[in-house]
Amino acid sequence: MELKDLIKPENLVYDKSKVQRDVYMHYCPGCSHGVVHKILSELIEELDIQDKTIGIAPVGCAVFAYNYIDVDWQEAAHGRAPAVATGVARLNPEKFVFTYQGDGDLASIGSAEIMHACNRGENILVIFINNGIYGMTGGQMAPTTLEGMVTSTTPSGRNTDLNGYPMKITNLIAELPGTSYVTRQAVHTAAAVRKCKRSVKKAIQNVLDKKGTSFVEVVSTCNSGWKMTPDGANKWMAENMLPYYPLGDLKDSIKGEPISEN
Amino acid sequence: MAEIRLMKGNEVLAEAAIRCGCDGYFGYPITPQSEVMETLMAREPWNETGMVVLQAESEVAAINMLYGAAGTGKKSMTSSSSPGISLMSEGLSYIAGAELPCLVVNVQRGGPGLGTIQPSQADYFQAVKGGGHGDYKLIVLAPSSVQEMNDFVDLGFELAFKYRNPAMILTDGALGQMMEKVELAEFKPRWTEEEIENKFGVWASTGKKTNRDRNVVTSLVMDSEEMEQNNLRFQEKYKKMEEEEVRYEAIQCEDADFIIVAFGTCSRVCLKSVELARAKGLKVGLLRPITLFPFPNKIIKELARKSKGFLSVEMSAGQMVEDIKLAVYEAGSTVRVNYYGRMGGIIPTPEEVVDALEDKFSWEISYGVKRSY
Repeated sequence: MELKDLIKPENLVYDKSKVQRDVYMHYCPGCSHGVVHKILSELIEELDIQDKTIGIAPVGCAVFAYNYIDVDWQEAAHGRAPAVATGVARLNPEKFVFTYQGDGDLASIGSAEIMHACNRGENILVIFINNGIYGMTGGQMAPTTLEGMVTSTTPSGRNTDLNGYPMKITNLIAELPGTSYVTRQAVHTAAAVRKCKRSVKKAIQNVLDKKGTSFVEVVSTCNSGWKMTPDGANKWMAENMLPYYPLGDLKDSIKGEPISEN
Repeated sequence: MAEIRLMKGNEVLAEAAIRCGCDGYFGYPITPQSEVMETLMAREPWNETGMVVLQAESEVAAINMLYGAAGTGKKSMTSSSSPGISLMSEGLSYIAGAELPCLVVNVQRGGPGLGTIQPSQADYFQAVKGGGHGDYKLIVLAPSSVQEMNDFVDLGFELAFKYRNPAMILTDGALGQMMEKVELAEFKPRWTEEEIENKFGVWASTGKKTNRDRNVVTSLVMDSEEMEQNNLRFQEKYKKMEEEEVRYEAIQCEDADFIIVAFGTCSRVCLKSVELARAKGLKVGLLRPITLFPFPNKIIKELARKSKGFLSVEMSAGQMVEDIKLAVYEAGSTVRVNYYGRMGGIIPTPEEVVDALEDKFSWEISYGVKRSY
């Protein structure tokens, strides 16, 4: 088939979501952010909620999320996205409000804000990108950094005597009665992407149904911060991150209900 | 018929917020202003006007909730006291940088640190010079009565929306706790989303409609040329405020040899000092700045050309006195600018102020204007 045939509309097998803006991305090739942005854009389009969506961007690599997903945005101070989202959602209960935060933003500097927003059961979606590192500032240790993992501030590997332990903040979030749906997903394989998209869709639907806070952790790669190839980073993540941060739903209930035993 | 009541300053702040059509209040308990949120919670305005009231987990969260709420174009406010305002300063810088209209009340207490819970004016610098990082200004209103605590809520919102800039009511524990007669405002309905857009333009994040580009509320600009342009635009805005929004009260300044400058609680004390000084034969007037930013430079310059000296009376180590000195310097005047004040939560007495005036201006009282220092 020649190029002029290839570009015919009938031969189109994949198209970018209309909610994803037509601009160059600043994310490194191989980074998980691009995939999660794609999932969000597609779902906002599929659920036809572009006109009622307000995203809250974090500080970190995803600070520029507002350049890529074509919805109204607010850029929050470092860690404060859940508080900003609270202000937006409380005064605009008919809108769909989500935060998009990394592990430094959510689990370190913003640990109080995320805990209390989830505990109040704010009717928002939280997307939590956990790549075990501070990507934007050059690969420093995050609360989620694995034991022994080398970063620019743990050049000999994370030492638990000095730095404490990798934080499973999503497990803590699941314990809070305000949350309705808490899940841990990944986007390192095609199957994982499809599964993650189903989870995010369910989470968005929960918010639209006013069920309380929905929280989706995406165990992610930072191949440039980890000093690996994109493919190597995916493999390393599957071998090292996933045993410590196992994938699956941690909670599926409605706000206020006690957490189920299974 | 206007409704007249006897109320505490803090209670009036809450009542005025409900009546002026405020959409949301976010706060955290701190003495001496906890009655603001307590009054709101007891009044349950969500049943009456739909106003949201939320107790945040910290002042840091409260100011960021305010950022979010204000970013959707809603009339939103918070209140706190000095240590809490320090925590909010990061958020205030972001709010000013993102050009969001909102109202912040600082019912000041003595500092530094945990300090004391008694009244103070030691957050003057923090309020009028910005407070957080970067070049920005707040519109700062200084009430001196419970009535003004009421009136400045509506005025604060009006100015905040006019300039898309955070406004602050800078008051203190004495005015917050004091009970006075107050004429309450009439109820105003809350604005609808359409009204906000018609009045102030389409900038808020309310959900992207098909007929417009997405709205992004942010203070981040990676391009330094563009960021400088933003800063220049902010400075233009602050300059316009200085030209158009200065408010003050001048009492017996026409024939005055000496001008006492005082705001808020101190200005009430100094009203008596003027009376005492005049009974002694000293021609003293009182200038009461109502807007601390923009500062009433013009009237100070005018008074500098015909008076023999200024006494800044403050519940701080002398902060506003620096702004008076700048205005006097710009006027090309050599009259002396002195300071008298108390700290740590103590309010000066009228007699102390007169004594300080006589002591600090003994040369001028005997010989006239001092031409050099």
